[in-house]
Amino acid sequence: MCSVPDRSGVTGAVAAIRGYACRVEVPEGKMFYEDIAANKRNSWILVVVVTAVLVVLGYLLGLHWGNGYVGISLAVVIAVVASLSAFYSGDKMILTMSRAKRIEKKDHPQLYNVVEELSIAAGLPVPAMYVIDDTAPNAFATGRDPEHASVAITTGLMQKLNRDELQGVIAHELSHVGNRDILFATMVGILVGSIVLVSDFFLRSMFWGGGRRRRKSGERGGGAIIMIIALVFAIVAPIFAKLLQLAVSRQREYLADATAAKLTRYPEGLASALEKIAGDREVLEVANRATQHLYIVNPIKPFEKRTKSLFSTHPPLEERIARLRSM
Amino acid sequence: MAGWIILIIIAILFFMVIGLYNTLVRLRKRCDNGWAQIDVQLKRRYDLIPNLIETAKGYLKHEREVLENVTKARQQAINASGVKDQAQAENMLTSTLRSLFAVAENYPDLKANTNMLALQEELVSTENKISFARQHYNDTVMIYNTRTETVPSNIIAGMFGFKPREFFELEDVAQREAPKVDFTS
Repeated sequence: MCSVPDRSGVTGAVAAIRGYACRVEVPEGKMFYEDIAANKRNSWILVVVVTAVLVVLGYLLGLHWGNGYVGISLAVVIAVVASLSAFYSGDKMILTMSRAKRIEKKDHPQLYNVVEELSIAAGLPVPAMYVIDDTAPNAFATGRDPEHASVAITTGLMQKLNRDELQGVIAHELSHVGNRDILFATMVGILVGSIVLVSDFFLRSMFWGGGRRRRKSGERGGGAIIMIIALVFAIVAPIFAKLLQLAVSRQREYLADATAAKLTRYPEGLASALEKIAGDREVLEVANRATQHLYIVNPIKPFEKRTKSLFSTHPPLEERIARLRSM
Repeated sequence: MAGWIILIIIAILFFMVIGLYNTLVRLRKRCDNGWAQIDVQLKRRYDLIPNLIETAKGYLKHEREVLENVTKARQQAINASGVKDQAQAENMLTSTLRSLFAVAENYPDLKANTNMLALQEELVSTENKISFARQHYNDTVMIYNTRTETVPSNIIAGMFGFKPREFFELEDVAQREAPKVDFTS
C-alpha cells in the first residue's frame, strides 16, 4: 500500500538526503497501485485459464474412460481445491517443498536487522524469515499479501554476500512483496505445477491403459481422434502454462530490481550480489519446475545457460546487472 | 430539466470533494505513521546508548570526554521538540556516536568484546533504520505536499486546513557520507 509511494520526482531529492548521488528510475507511466491491481487480475485470469484447461483435460480423459461428465466434475473439483489451497497455503507448500526452516531474530540477528531495515524503507510489515540449508546462494519471496509474506534465503547466500549485497537481495524480495508479485507467482507455482502433474499422469495412462480400452469399446475412429486431440492437448497445455509464467516474471524481475535500488538508494549492492550469485556454480537441490520462477536468480540452469535463454523465467543476468549499474 | 442538471452537477462535485478530502486524510495519516516510525527508532537508539556507555566505560578510561559528549547529545536529542530541532539534535548524536566508534578502534580489547560487537551491530542497524524511516517519511511527505499544492486538491486542502509538512533533512554536508559498515573484513 504505502510501499513505494511515487515513481517520479521523489528519487533525486531523497537520494540527496541519504547522501547517494545515484539516479534511480523505475519505469514510468503505470502507477504503483495499478501494478497491484494487475497482479490480482492476473491471478484471477490464471485461475480461470487453469480451470478451463483442467475441465477440457478432464472431459477428454472422461471420454476416454467412457463418461465425459465424470471427468469434468472431477476437474472442477480439482481446480477449486487447487485454487483455494494455492491462495491460502501455497506459500506453506512452496516453503515445505524447498525445505525452508523458519528462523527467529536470535538465530541470525544481522540478517533480521537487514530485513527490518528494508521493511521500514518499504513501509511493509516484517515478513516471516526462512532459511534453506544449501550452499548455493539464492532467495525467494512468497505469500498472498504483505501481511502474509515470507522470505526464504539459503545459508550459502548468507555466507557469500556482505551486508550491502544482502541488503540488495532482501530489497529485491521485499519489492516483490510490495508489488504483490508474490501472490501471482505463488499461484502460478502451485497451479502450473498441478497441470504439469495432471498431464504427466494423463500421458502415462495413455501409454499403459489406452490401447486396451479402445479395443474393448469398439469405437475405433472416434476414439482415435479424441486420443490425438487429447495427446496434442496434453503436450500443449504445460507449454502454454509455462509460457504464461515466463511472460510475466521477466518484466517483474526488472521492476523488482529497480524498486530494490530505489529502496536501498544503492544499486551497486544488488548488482554485485547478482554477479556473485551468477558466478556461483553450485546447484540448488530443492528447487524444481514449480518453484524456479520464484527465485532471484534461476536456480536450475547451469551457469552457462543462466545468462541467456529463450525459455528462461528471468531476464539475462548481464542485462539486469547492466541496468542496475547504469542507474 | 435545468434544475435536474444543476442537481446532478452539484452531486458530482460533492462526491469529488469527498474523494479528494479522503485522499488527503489518508496521505496525512501516512505521514504521521512515517513520523511515528522514525520516533520508534530514535527511542530505540536512546535505549541502546546507556548500555553502550556502560560497556565502553571500563575500557575507555582516558576518553571520558568522548563518552560524556555522547551522553550529552543523547539528552539533548530526548529534550528536542519540533522537526528541525530534532533533526539537528539527532545529527549531533550520530556524529558523537561515530567518534566514539572511531576511538574504540584503538582499543583492541573493547573491539573484541562480544557485548560491544552486538551493541555495535544493533546501533549500526538502528542507524540504518532511522535513515530508512526518514527516507520513507520524506517520500510520503513529498506525495502529501504535492497533493496539497496541486489543482484541484489544493482547494480542498485550503478549505479544510491541510498544511504542507516539513521534510526531515540533514543540515550538515559532512554527514551526507552515509554510514557504511563492511562486516566481511
